[in-house]
Amino acid sequence: MTRSLRAEAMTKRRRVHANRTEPVIVRRSWTITSDIAHIGGVVDAVTNFCMAAGFSSRLCRLNVPVALTEALSNAIISGNGSDPTREVRIIAAMEAESLLLEVTDEGDGFDANLVSQSPNDADWLERESGRGLYLMRALMDHVDSRREPSPRGHTVQLRLRRA
Amino acid sequence: MTSADFLMSFNVVREHDTVIVEMDGQLVVTNRQEFKQAIVDEMERGARLVVIDFTNSAYIDSSGLGALVSLGKRLREQGGDLRLAGLNDDLRTLFELTRLDTLFPLYANRDDAVASR
Repeated sequence: MTRSLRAEAMTKRRRVHANRTEPVIVRRSWTITSDIAHIGGVVDAVTNFCMAAGFSSRLCRLNVPVALTEALSNAIISGNGSDPTREVRIIAAMEAESLLLEVTDEGDGFDANLVSQSPNDADWLERESGRGLYLMRALMDHVDSRREPSPRGHTVQLRLRRA
Repeated sequence: MTSADFLMSFNVVREHDTVIVEMDGQLVVTNRQEFKQAIVDEMERGARLVVIDFTNSAYIDSSGLGALVSLGKRLREQGGDLRLAGLNDDLRTLFELTRLDTLFPLYANRDDAVASR
């Protein structure tokens, strides 16, 4: 953890097996300011979380980093407009057989279900942007979004099954 | 270096009108402008064939892919080409998922990429 990342707000630990002596982190969270320079640190930490949870190397080295980078850059640039006074909150949680990632910004957000991005789009091979949501969907098992009433904001939820 | 300070770096190697860019780290939203500008600068100096060597790179996000699409288009308009080399299986998967493997020739290594002129 670094000085530029705010200290972790919450780290919950519990024993998942009665005979296990070491506590296992099952949930981590971070709050960062709206600066894309913070993306690398969070992605590295979540990648380590993914590895420690026993997910495959492929999922931890490709699917999670790319999808999370997309969610974070959307939150920082589009959601918070790169406003340094606005924050982004990130939660990584291990559930029974899946990894849950939530990225919450302070913007008005969008409905992920209403955004269509596909390699079949006519300009797909020409355009410079507009592949982020497609990548999230292609690399995660489930992508959803919701507006947060209080404090106001928008959350993108990514879920990845272990196998 | 702490994790939040982590930045990718790249080396630009020029030989006549060929430029090889050796990536070290990820090509993502954080650094794509710097990456793109470095190659545009080389194009303005006459580079027409640009080979990006991803041997030491693990992943690319949509911003990085967008930068490659933009640079490839610009190079082809000038009679040049953008070729990608040294991609590991994960990176190849990314190009296949996005069908950008149909846009860029993917080579096993930089020598193959240069030699296929």
